[in-house]
Amino acid sequence: MTETAIELVGVNKWFGDFHVLKDIDLTVGAGQKVVICGPSGSGKSTVVRCINRLEKHQKGTIRVNGTELRGDAQTIAAIRSEVGMVFQQFNLFPHLTVLDNLMLGPVKARGLTRAEAEKTARHYLARVHIPDQADKYPGQLSGGQQQRVAIARSLCMEPRVLLFDEPTSALDPEMISEVLDVMIELALDGMTMVVVTHEMGFARKVADQMVFMDAGEIVERGAPEEVFAAPKSDRCRKFLSQILQH
Amino acid sequence: MTRYLPFAALLLLGGCSSSSTWGWYVIDPTTASGWINIKFLVSGMGDTILISVIAAAISIALGLMVALPALSHRRWLRIVNRVYVELIRSIPLLPMLFWVFYGLPIIFRSMGLNIPIDPFWGAIITLALSDSAFTAEIYRAGIQSIPKGQHEASQTIGLSYAQTMRYVILPQAIRRILPPLANQFIYIVKMSAFASVIGMQELTRRANELVVTEYRPLEIYSLLIVEYLVLVLIISAGVRWLERRMSADERI
Repeated sequence: MTETAIELVGVNKWFGDFHVLKDIDLTVGAGQKVVICGPSGSGKSTVVRCINRLEKHQKGTIRVNGTELRGDAQTIAAIRSEVGMVFQQFNLFPHLTVLDNLMLGPVKARGLTRAEAEKTARHYLARVHIPDQADKYPGQLSGGQQQRVAIARSLCMEPRVLLFDEPTSALDPEMISEVLDVMIELALDGMTMVVVTHEMGFARKVADQMVFMDAGEIVERGAPEEVFAAPKSDRCRKFLSQILQH
Repeated sequence: MTRYLPFAALLLLGGCSSSSTWGWYVIDPTTASGWINIKFLVSGMGDTILISVIAAAISIALGLMVALPALSHRRWLRIVNRVYVELIRSIPLLPMLFWVFYGLPIIFRSMGLNIPIDPFWGAIITLALSDSAFTAEIYRAGIQSIPKGQHEASQTIGLSYAQTMRYVILPQAIRRILPPLANQFIYIVKMSAFASVIGMQELTRRANELVVTEYRPLEIYSLLIVEYLVLVLIISAGVRWLERRMSADERI
């Protein structure tokens, strides 16, 4: 492990009176893959959403590639330009073709020419194995294809870190593996990834670090083999037995 | 249109009968004086349409500017929106027209500006202002109907707020906004009749003037109603066409 990509120190967040994140410490090295799991409402999505400031943390520090995340627009823009995000609900732009979905950020935010942006877009569409869907609208694609377009859209911004917020939770079972395959390929290529997921097969395969959260706290962390084989806390053991036993 | 024919026929028959209570001769196109009267009445159509179209165009732009603060995270901006909408919405059109036409020039003069307000612009400013509160609410509802995820996805690919609105949110919201907005145009056309009281020579004013000289209110105001009916029916057809097109475009 070389340099640090993401660093959270003592991060706290409240939604009104509700304490969603309690003293979260998390370090992600460049090229590392971290998988966060935990029951719903445990705050795992909120952690990821704080990293690119979709949610605002109230206490503690978050650093991305050495830049501390503060409230000013400049820092937020700088951090977002290095951090891509893939959502549970894909959030593709339904009024634009797949190609335009991919080119919007590079052309409008990065100032690339349309020709350059199209080249990048087609490159990443090929990487997520749907090069022939460029001219379709998102509504014409299957869920799995839509999520892969969403991944390609993030990649077009050439991020150094990719965040995934339950990327396969909204998918039909038969489409989960096509998305996970793409994510595994990205992982093997050395992308820094923070993934909120319950796909434990994926975690075993790629994660350097497993994080288990419950009630706003990080309850347990470690290499996936350790956490799976011998969870130290009762809460983690119970959760793992629930999601692994069907 | 065919369903209105019996009604028109009834009116015409009534006019042709010898009953002394009818005087359709004032707008009888077969006589020279009747034809002159009709031309006089219908010639107000141009100003009614012009006032309505310009007022609607201003209201569409102004409404968006009023709606955007309503979507802000900042409380004071939302309050600015609320105050504007509630205030403008609560002022009846006629008092607002008097205020703009007679009152606003005094404010301008006290500020050292010499901006006269003629009936034409007085009517347009009033209609646009009054309508903008409603347009703003239409925009707000349309924009808020777009899922939050669209804003978030735009942020993560580095778009600014203005870019997000322009390239992501508004193009989607416009499908839901346009039909009610076009509908609102009917309101403007009808309310433009108030411009007659400050001397604008539009449809209603001309009808009033002819009534004074011909003393035939029933016949002349009946024709006036038909004039608005024709205008509104044309706009309604446009609105329905727009709604069909918008729903055919839906690819979501």
